[in-house]
Amino acid sequence: MTRLTRTGAGAIVLALLLLTPVPALAQAAKPAAPPGEHQHGSAEPQAKPVEPAAGHHHHRQPLPANVPPLTEEDRKAAFPDVRGHAVHDSAIHYVAMFDRFEWQADKDVGWDSSGWIGRDRNRMWLRSEGRTEDGRLDDADVHVLYGHAFARWWDVVGGIRQDFRPGPAQTWAAIGIQGLAPYWFDVEATAYVGAGGRTAARVEVEYDLLLTNRAVLQPLVEINFAGKRDPERGIGAGVTNADLGFRVRYELRREIAPYAGIAWSWKIGETADFARSAGHDVSGVKLVAGVRWWL
Amino acid sequence: MDSDSVFQEVSTSLSRRTFVRGLAASGILAGLGAHGARLSASSEGWRQPATGGSLSGKDFDLTIGETPVNLTGRPGVAMTVNGTLPAPTLRWREGDIVTLRVTNRLRETSSIHWHGIVLPANMDGVPGLSFSGIGPGETYVYRFAVRQSGTYWYHSHSGYQEQKGLYGALVIDPREPDAGSHDREHVVLLTDWTDEDPARIFSKLKKRSDYYNYRQRTIGDFVRDARANGLGLTLAERAAWGGMRMNPSDLADVTGATYTYLMNGAPPAANWTGLYQPGERVRLRFVNGSAMTYFDVRIPGMKMTIVAADGQPVHPITVDEFRIAVAETIDAIVTPGGQDAFSIFAQAMDRTGYAAGTLAVREGLQASVPALDPRPTLSMADMGHGAGDHGGHTAAPEKSDPHAGHATPKPADPHAGHAMAKPADPHVGHGAGAAPAAAVVHPASERGNPLVDMQTTSPTSRLADPGIGLRDNGRRVLTYADLTSTFADPDGRDPGRTIELHLTGHMGKFAWSFDGIKFSDAAPLRLVYGERLRVVLVNDTMMTHPIHLHGMWSDVEDDDGRFKVRKHTVDMPPGSRRSYRVTADALGRWAYHCHMLYHMEAGMFREVRVEE
Repeated sequence: MTRLTRTGAGAIVLALLLLTPVPALAQAAKPAAPPGEHQHGSAEPQAKPVEPAAGHHHHRQPLPANVPPLTEEDRKAAFPDVRGHAVHDSAIHYVAMFDRFEWQADKDVGWDSSGWIGRDRNRMWLRSEGRTEDGRLDDADVHVLYGHAFARWWDVVGGIRQDFRPGPAQTWAAIGIQGLAPYWFDVEATAYVGAGGRTAARVEVEYDLLLTNRAVLQPLVEINFAGKRDPERGIGAGVTNADLGFRVRYELRREIAPYAGIAWSWKIGETADFARSAGHDVSGVKLVAGVRWWL
Repeated sequence: MDSDSVFQEVSTSLSRRTFVRGLAASGILAGLGAHGARLSASSEGWRQPATGGSLSGKDFDLTIGETPVNLTGRPGVAMTVNGTLPAPTLRWREGDIVTLRVTNRLRETSSIHWHGIVLPANMDGVPGLSFSGIGPGETYVYRFAVRQSGTYWYHSHSGYQEQKGLYGALVIDPREPDAGSHDREHVVLLTDWTDEDPARIFSKLKKRSDYYNYRQRTIGDFVRDARANGLGLTLAERAAWGGMRMNPSDLADVTGATYTYLMNGAPPAANWTGLYQPGERVRLRFVNGSAMTYFDVRIPGMKMTIVAADGQPVHPITVDEFRIAVAETIDAIVTPGGQDAFSIFAQAMDRTGYAAGTLAVREGLQASVPALDPRPTLSMADMGHGAGDHGGHTAAPEKSDPHAGHATPKPADPHAGHAMAKPADPHVGHGAGAAPAAAVVHPASERGNPLVDMQTTSPTSRLADPGIGLRDNGRRVLTYADLTSTFADPDGRDPGRTIELHLTGHMGKFAWSFDGIKFSDAAPLRLVYGERLRVVLVNDTMMTHPIHLHGMWSDVEDDDGRFKVRKHTVDMPPGSRRSYRVTADALGRWAYHCHMLYHMEAGMFREVRVEE
């Protein structure tokens, strides 16, 4: 119960984090016009003269019979002093999502959340994931990232990651890419640099397989790497751990989808050795159940 | 085997859903009996404001306000004119000067735009361009000379008010009445209604663009396709789409999952009825006043003779069915007889629902309403991606370009031939017959642009293509190739120059633009008063876009670059390239945009500025 309460409180804090607008950053996120746009003017990027003379379309030609000469009244009506907006294409939007928010086996909890706020090209991203192991918070982090769309399906992200577990808290600089790979694979790949020359990387790939238009099977893989051993936290160099999961959700509505699934986790290499010597499990498989939800 | 039948949905999960949707509406009306009983406006639960009616003359007082409605079984609030949904049909006469005092009783700024009407810029009703909008409690007086006749419509141009019900038909009688053209007439205004807040819909689409698409292909579809076409072919077809990260079921961004489709403000179960006497020639003035829905319209058992498009007369053409893009109008003459009732059936292009009503000799009758056609699925050819043999056309700027589609061994859509009959670009001097289309050149602003997720490689005009879901359906379907104005090119000059614009977007981000540049980042298109120019549009997206130029006509050209038909809204199917002539005879600042409401709001909008 205590555990749940603590995690619940954490979840609320995270949700608040995800929901807090960041106006300054969102302002900074105002998209730049594509290269070349301003220099050449957007009006006639493809203007192709039909005949050579047509290039000089700004010279005055006599008006044809079907176009009446302008009167002062026409001129007055044509360019009134106006306020207001024709459309609202620069509005700030956001998503706050708990992709996983679950009970694992019968005693642990886990979450994986992400959200963004911003416009089409530049967004502030927040991520958090973590879990308990045998009732103890085993792993928890929060990312605060600035993301910029650099290709059709890809954002480059950079910012910080704060780890709360394992071991004492630590802070990393983060840089990575995220997006949609061909064949609809959702990919996040992030590299980290921390204090004392520590480095790490994380790759996460998800896929949505539609069983029906509401029942979705989501396989996912996450692999973590460390550049340097960190005995204090039980981390070895190289591949440290991996997760594999299969979750089937049912979208009651798009925003709310209860799910159930199975999740494997492995500690690998030297990290596994650390776990073994501490008397912890090196791998495990758990039934999971939770709710995927977003706002 | 054609793509429609290969990939059509056999499962009925969605049809069932749609059915439930219809039932919800008719459930409220159960006491009335959806089949045959007379509808009573006072029936319990059913709350619809007076549906329109008609106002005629030169002088109009219109009040924009909010009116409670119940169109779906749930109470909601519509934005209305004079308390009616739709707004009253306004009847003007060509040559008159009309005065319209529009008072805004909403708590937000509003506006009325007279769609397709040629008038001074400050009468056009677009906030931020023609005027500052009509503030709460304010009255704006529109006053202008009516210089045209035909079927048009009017609607709010502020935010999402159009989706909330602020629309009505405009009928302009010619100065010299065309006696004998018809004995009776009815406006048939088709719209899409939702109980949701439209701002919420837009926000949902920005978060998840397939939010309303419950017809995506599933593992079951895969198994079925693999059985029918073989595993290899099916995998390759899926890979082609997956490689592009596109979804062939994506025919509509907003669907029957939230929409209830209305005919003159009435859901199907309410059975709007227009009367006739046997033997009468009845003119049906169809208007698509939807925010996001294309309709395919037919009257089973009756031919329709199309006599006008976008208010302008065309050479009569008799058809069984027509597709009406958002914001278009179509006038059809029918001569009902031989039975007492006919259904007017308008199914949404994505087949997630329909609007329907009845033509009958008296109130209270209903003919059988047909089933929805099978769900159509887009093919690579639909999107102007060729049919597998145009590998040379690699104008693509990005490696991640979807031209994987070229290699698709998926059975090419056999109907692509309809669309590929002519080269698309009549301006480059290739002349006729050099099929397929000339290679397309994309604007530099699309290159490396993260908000442009796709580019067409072999666009064609598709003028003679009935369109996705209507090909070879056994019915004679109207196409743009059938539409020819009854008059010659009203200007007569050759275009002095060409402006080419590409319709662009990013499905995942629900970002829409011209040339990859959304409205707020774009400079106005500048025209010189009096000039005649050609606009070439190329649709680089997989969605349809009805493109509407305010203030001036869009004179659509045929494949040889000759004047064909005068329109105010030009439908642009995916992978199409169409051209039209514009005479810049209207000084001022004009809106030029996709008439899909949420595409427009997302940025598929430009200002056209006509200056001296």
